[in-house]
Amino acid sequence: MSGQLRGFASIVGAAESDIGRVAEGLTSLDLAGKAARRAAEDAGIPLHEVDGVFSATSHYAMSALELSEYLGIRPRYSDSNNLGGASFVSQLLHAISAIRNGLCEVALIAYGSTQLSDGGKLVTASAPNLYETAYRPRYPVTMYALAAARHMHEFGTTREQLAAVAVAAREWARLTPGAFKTDPLTIEDVLASRMVSDPLTVADCCLVTDGGGAIIVTTTERARGLRQPPVPVLGVGEAHWHRSISQMPSLTRTAAVDSGARAFTMAGLRPAEVDVLELYDAFTINVPLFLEDLGFCAKGEGGPFVADGRIAPGGSLPVNTNGGGLSYTHPGMYGIFLLVEATRQLRGAAGARQIEGAEVALVHANGAVLSAQATALLGTAATL
Amino acid sequence: MSEQRIAVSPATAYAEGLAEGRLRYQRCEDCGQAVFYPRVVCPHCGSEALAWHDSAGLGTVYSTTTTRSRSGDYNVALIDLDEGFRMMCTVRDEHDEEVRIGERVEAVVPAGTTAESLFFRRTAAS
Repeated sequence: MSGQLRGFASIVGAAESDIGRVAEGLTSLDLAGKAARRAAEDAGIPLHEVDGVFSATSHYAMSALELSEYLGIRPRYSDSNNLGGASFVSQLLHAISAIRNGLCEVALIAYGSTQLSDGGKLVTASAPNLYETAYRPRYPVTMYALAAARHMHEFGTTREQLAAVAVAAREWARLTPGAFKTDPLTIEDVLASRMVSDPLTVADCCLVTDGGGAIIVTTTERARGLRQPPVPVLGVGEAHWHRSISQMPSLTRTAAVDSGARAFTMAGLRPAEVDVLELYDAFTINVPLFLEDLGFCAKGEGGPFVADGRIAPGGSLPVNTNGGGLSYTHPGMYGIFLLVEATRQLRGAAGARQIEGAEVALVHANGAVLSAQATALLGTAATL
Repeated sequence: MSEQRIAVSPATAYAEGLAEGRLRYQRCEDCGQAVFYPRVVCPHCGSEALAWHDSAGLGTVYSTTTTRSRSGDYNVALIDLDEGFRMMCTVRDEHDEEVRIGERVEAVVPAGTTAESLFFRRTAAS
């Protein structure tokens, strides 16, 4: 089955709505709608040709239903699968499967959020775990802090190494038009920032912004005649092992182990063949964790691996080339923006931050508290 | 077994235990594994044969953080109980801003305890 999915569908449109702080009164649907419209225009496919709608947001539970009505789309295939920030990469797997099986031909995957305009509080539609909320963890930072503390304990990972993730993200953001945070940032700045939940400071935490993003996916056959170079979907995998942090089997090993292996198997690729990575950096600890679990370094070596500029501009392994959720944008869920940035890199359209000759991009999205994991390998036409 | 209606919810049974001064957890009578949080199906083997047991309340800190807030800082920890289950709780004692992974802790569960009032403190041995 995997062999039938590899490269069958391609990302042909990718766009963002207004991001950062948007005009007063705009809704999450407005932003998802704007991003969808721009993605369709980018693809050169009229919105009314969309027959598969994929969306997830914490703002409205029946996401695909709401978005389809808003855009006047009458889909024959819908998916509001909500895996938190991992939803959109998961939905990419579902979309290529639906396209491969003829259940839809033009898939729209879209997201929007007004988290910043709403006052910054994380909206979550999920049921609280009463056996955790009694102890007042600050969702979700306390949970990621527990994972970071455990990684430091087991492997000697340092706060300086985690800070290097935030610094690299900022350096990338300074090359990216529209990035939310572009003032210079040093390791010392991160360490001296306000502590939120030890060992994570506010500078170890993702941004709170508004924003929407969308991609259009269709058959690679159709993609060849469209306006943009096709970005074939070479492999996708998803996995989840827990929802609540107290149920996570080991705080230093995520289900990215499985999602990554599934994506690499479908794509027939190895980590050494990846040119650029977009990893969901909700918190600095995510990046070393995912580099380990996806096979880019050994378990426990993520800390030293990200230090010394390896993942920063000019480094040997470019990670989060737009500045990521730490410095570019993070409206509640960031997953869709990983796909948008990877698409831009593979089209060679990433401007000052372009990775020369990028042929294979890895996108890894994370949802909830290191819970849902979804990995995608995207390529250029040359990789088919 | 499956035909029987649930007489007492897992949440109620847990809360009643705390109120009586007992930290209770479930153990699966089929696969033998400890289960927490309380539920009606064993997540290890799918059995419904989950029996209640009293925990001795002794455990080890698996991970820990001090959560900062305007109304004061407080500990949030994941505790591995000796009976083989993990729970989130808070460690509250002298200098609890310095709780470390691996330290031994004991539950403080007087009669009248609720989930919100339950806490752990480090044992003299640690």
